[in-house]
Amino acid sequence: MPLQTPPLRGIHDERGAKFTEFGGWDMPVEFDSIQAEHRAVREDVGIFDVSHMGQIHVTGPDAATLMQRLTSNDVSRLGVGDSQYATITDEEGVIIDDTVIYRLPDEAGHPTYLFVPNAGTDEATHERWISYRNEWDLEATIDNQTDEYAMFAVQGPNASDLLEQVADGSPTALSRFEAAYATVADTECWTARTGYTGEDGFELIVPRSAAETVWSRFDCQPCGLGARDTLRIEAGLLLAGQDFDAESDPRTPYEAGIGFTVDLDTEFVGRDALAAAEEAGVEEQLVGFQLIDRGVPRHGYDITNTEGRVVGTVTSGTMSPTLEKPIGLGYVPVEYADPGTTLQVVVRGQSKKARVETTPFIETE
Amino acid sequence: MSFDTPDDRRYLESHEWALETDGVIRVGISDFAQDELGDVVFVELPDEGESVAQEEEFGVIESIKAVSDLYAPVGGEVVAINEELFDAPELVNDDPFGEGWMLEIEGADETELENLLSADEYEDQIA
Repeated sequence: MPLQTPPLRGIHDERGAKFTEFGGWDMPVEFDSIQAEHRAVREDVGIFDVSHMGQIHVTGPDAATLMQRLTSNDVSRLGVGDSQYATITDEEGVIIDDTVIYRLPDEAGHPTYLFVPNAGTDEATHERWISYRNEWDLEATIDNQTDEYAMFAVQGPNASDLLEQVADGSPTALSRFEAAYATVADTECWTARTGYTGEDGFELIVPRSAAETVWSRFDCQPCGLGARDTLRIEAGLLLAGQDFDAESDPRTPYEAGIGFTVDLDTEFVGRDALAAAEEAGVEEQLVGFQLIDRGVPRHGYDITNTEGRVVGTVTSGTMSPTLEKPIGLGYVPVEYADPGTTLQVVVRGQSKKARVETTPFIETE
Repeated sequence: MSFDTPDDRRYLESHEWALETDGVIRVGISDFAQDELGDVVFVELPDEGESVAQEEEFGVIESIKAVSDLYAPVGGEVVAINEELFDAPELVNDDPFGEGWMLEIEGADETELENLLSADEYEDQIA
């Protein structure tokens, strides 16, 4: 299948970006240097093209019911302009995807939502919503608008100052997880104070036709998916397909450390399984660790106890540009999950000493 | 983008260079290779005194995004390694043909060196 290309593919190319395949998209991985881009976001401000993220629009008389029954959190708490982090789980309570749900202004008097599935999952998610809507005989319109929008993330301690300079509509007055329309370069953009880096920042959902105009108004460091990955690991945030994967490594939100996205007082697909899981307690959980010996942990490496018995697997790892230390995430049995526990990571056949750490690895905001 | 390719040394197709001075062959990776890798964060090298064969793996280089094997452009005995790279692996990015060198090898067969690519041939390969 040919790769999907973000609206700004040509602009990124001219800027000298290197590209990588991610979730079926051909995305910029690096513009200048991952470390330079990472530093810009931690110390100043950077902009990411995240147009590979999906956008699904849901409205109609039963839109709220549909969203409530297909996501794990309590959608009824969302007022217009609020957003919520949630998981989409299967009947067994296994995470299929994680997502942010925005409540847009009502359309035709009905609650209206836009939610953002991960790269490459928008079509399956769209089908899932349609299938359940039909099964439950609900009245809701579900549009996959992924191809109609670009999405940019402006992140860093100076993101607010930069947005103030280029946007009308005071989006910088938004609180964390609030969203509103703001105008950038005469273009109405859905602007949310959310992000995936651990820093203050904003995500803008921009009509595809205006992508270039809006992007070029942000005079700051362009950043690729490489820096996005190192930033999010430092912040202890999960990467779909790596830190959870319904096919290869099925995990509940409790195991993945995002039990706060589950509201058992709501009715949703997977609710009963998760109620049982919460009651039983987890046997394994995702932990952060630092490698004490020299080396870099990578996805798929074995984690062993100090006797060398394999007890887990690294799901994400990198050399932290901020800490200048090798860090990672991985699932281990709960008896090894306390911060300070000594473990080992097998790096190309050699056991390297590691220590369980609290996450996030760095303090931000 | 154009890359430095000094013509005082010879190259392996896998992007290592070899520079001979008085029978000692210094080894590193090319400007093109360091650029492809991105920020280098870790280098694993053999111990002094170990033997390597031509085109055999002698170590590993890791950038933030990738892990790559390193191959010996010539065979022989490792008589020196650049220990500065353990604390400052970024030297490979900053100065791949100078301070970012990796190994020195002695006892290489001269024909092995002659069989490597010239700077022009290597430039053609990465063009």
